[in-house]
Amino acid sequence: MLLDVADLKVHFALRGSFAARLLGRETGVVKAVDGVSFQLRRGEVLGLVGESGSGKTTLGRAILGLVRPTGGRVCLDGIEISALREAQLRPLRRRMQMIFQDPHASLNPAMNLAEAIGHPLRIQKITRDKDEIRSQVAAALDRVGLTPVERFLDKYPADLSGGQKQRAVIARAIILHPELVVADEPVSMLDMSVRAKVLELMVDLKRDLGLTYLYVTHDLATARFFCDRVAIMYLGRIVEIGPAEQIYAEPRHPYTVSLLRAIPEPDPRRAVPRDLPRGEVPDAVHPPLGCAFHPRCPRAFAPCGWESRDLRALFEQRWTTLSEEEFAAERELVDAVGTLDIPATTAHLPALRGRDPAALADLLASIRAHQPDEPFWRGVEDVHSADGGVTVTFRDGVEPQLRPIADGDVEVACHLYDNAFQS
Amino acid sequence: MTTTVEPLLSVCDLRVWYGTSRGPVRAVDGVSVDIAPGEMLGLVGESGCGKSTLGRGILGLLPPGAVMDGEVRYGGNNLLAYTAEEMRQVRGPGIGLIFQEPMTRLNPLMRVSEHFAETLREHEPGMSRGEMAERSLRVLRGMGIPPTRFRSYPHEFSGGMRQRIMIALALVLQPRFLVADEPTTALDVLVEAQILGILADLRRNFDTALLLITHNLAIVAESCDRVAVMYAGKIVEQGAVRDVFTEPRHPYTRELLASTISLSTTRLHYIPGAPPDLVEPPAGCRFHPRCPEAMRVCAHREPAQTSPDLQRRVACWLAARPGELDEDEREPLVQEVIHTADEA
Repeated sequence: MLLDVADLKVHFALRGSFAARLLGRETGVVKAVDGVSFQLRRGEVLGLVGESGSGKTTLGRAILGLVRPTGGRVCLDGIEISALREAQLRPLRRRMQMIFQDPHASLNPAMNLAEAIGHPLRIQKITRDKDEIRSQVAAALDRVGLTPVERFLDKYPADLSGGQKQRAVIARAIILHPELVVADEPVSMLDMSVRAKVLELMVDLKRDLGLTYLYVTHDLATARFFCDRVAIMYLGRIVEIGPAEQIYAEPRHPYTVSLLRAIPEPDPRRAVPRDLPRGEVPDAVHPPLGCAFHPRCPRAFAPCGWESRDLRALFEQRWTTLSEEEFAAERELVDAVGTLDIPATTAHLPALRGRDPAALADLLASIRAHQPDEPFWRGVEDVHSADGGVTVTFRDGVEPQLRPIADGDVEVACHLYDNAFQS
Repeated sequence: MTTTVEPLLSVCDLRVWYGTSRGPVRAVDGVSVDIAPGEMLGLVGESGCGKSTLGRGILGLLPPGAVMDGEVRYGGNNLLAYTAEEMRQVRGPGIGLIFQEPMTRLNPLMRVSEHFAETLREHEPGMSRGEMAERSLRVLRGMGIPPTRFRSYPHEFSGGMRQRIMIALALVLQPRFLVADEPTTALDVLVEAQILGILADLRRNFDTALLLITHNLAIVAESCDRVAVMYAGKIVEQGAVRDVFTEPRHPYTRELLASTISLSTTRLHYIPGAPPDLVEPPAGCRFHPRCPEAMRVCAHREPAQTSPDLQRRVACWLAARPGELDEDEREPLVQEVIHTADEA
């Protein structure tokens, strides 16, 4: 076991405005990584796959100690690196390196390649001898295919193409002979015509140098090629993890299923799929109750964490389908839906002053009758008129935990696969 | 789309040069392409092939210092002959634009409603406030933005919603032709699919023609009617998406398709070398140094556009008519070795 990550948490406090802090108001916390556990065997490639805001990049950085974890631990080869101070961590950095997404931004424009790639040797005080550094850089350049080496040693980043820059970044990452490499979207900014080439280089390096990779990406297609195992992340958590082959052949979590369906294929017989999850990755400061994916999930049901904000979304979605007159008529019944912003399992919807709350209850009933299959209604326990409006009570949601699927090595955090919720 | 339909917009032998200290960059070099009403045309190629320059050239939005030649025919006129002011009148109600970065194109200090009011006041003077609001709301609803959010500020929306607002802002003027330059590149895959769905519906709901500029061939395959493949400032192949993707005629198209990594990819493939320097492009066919099927003729004579069938145009000597090339010209070209590192 090279890497063991247990219940890792990285929370960022939002600073808020000066006035808000002065008044001691709650300014919010973003749980970028919220209780992530996984293990990585030597020589293995694990893909951390997620959309923007899933916490995949923060997770990768926290593992290398570039971000301080809020909780949990990270062990490299049995050493708990998350507990070390910076000075203690530095010698260990030799064993773990990072490849960043943007090759144009990860090389110092004022350093030529000999200096940039040899820089880690100086920082790690391995050698100060100029000739020694140059010969080690030459070996690294040769290893990543920037040959003839003499042509590249004295080049500056501005003289290189995107693919060449990324090769130089990889050369810098391997010059210290690391064991673990965290590669954060290493090919996403490259042209299609070179992506395969850089991926191939990474595969070769793994084989020849015995590297272990954590491949952070939003791209399930390249991950399929490169990874032994994949972990799908959504809003700071792993929702599905397992051998790549099994996950691609039989995705379980509805989020994984939709991601795989959404990837366009260069096949003109296929049309853009239309029945994909609505909406976008929600606000991380106030994540949805229960399962974070439930507002977008086509298969969500009673225990998934339905709440006030889902009622607001229901109305807003509906109002994009109504005509001007119909909308105006409904607006006469419903007062501000903005009051539904606070996450709660009971939601009070006030009728506009002077209007009959019963008419509002009727409206909800007719919306339900119109779309009875809408997952939202599975979470509604009760609707009744109260206090000049309508109160909707939701079933209490449960946060799904990662649990193994009966027949295999896949783990999924979804109530659909929890026997306790199957009737 | 059949050729009997009068094109909405017709680009004829368009050239765009940029001046540099080393000499002119021929970013677009003799491009001809037609777009029919309501048609969705995909324009693909590696970065630096001139696809964005072509899109901007059509809109008359090139930076100062760029020189254009050729014709962009729209509504019976040549847009290249228009003054800046005349061009401004065409942009919006005639030809609209959807940018890549929705956040940087919306003014953070203006409400969504104000963006719409400004656009409509500019192009439809005399429209009443009520009419403006009604028309804006109708378009926004079509993009899935509820009327209750009309008076919100751009930062109150997610990235995907901001892109929908940008599309709505272009559509509110009911343009007949839209240029969308990498409209989904900054978006997540699920949101990308939503936006592509919306663009595909434009034709049905608004009868708007669309030029979709992208580096992603898979997006073109799924959403466009026709495709034009660009390399080093020239269109090397164009035709119906179904034909070009299932039976590419130009080796560059074939190589580009093979290097696309998708879920159905079983083998990694790449194109050796890099696109050429457009100050001094290679003689003959510009792809010949990287072409796996290059013949002797390719290194010194530029292939003309040929039409192997009605809908298809290919600029490649492989598509030459029998007898057009002699034995010697058909001999395989001995190419210079391309180093691993000479790549894009």
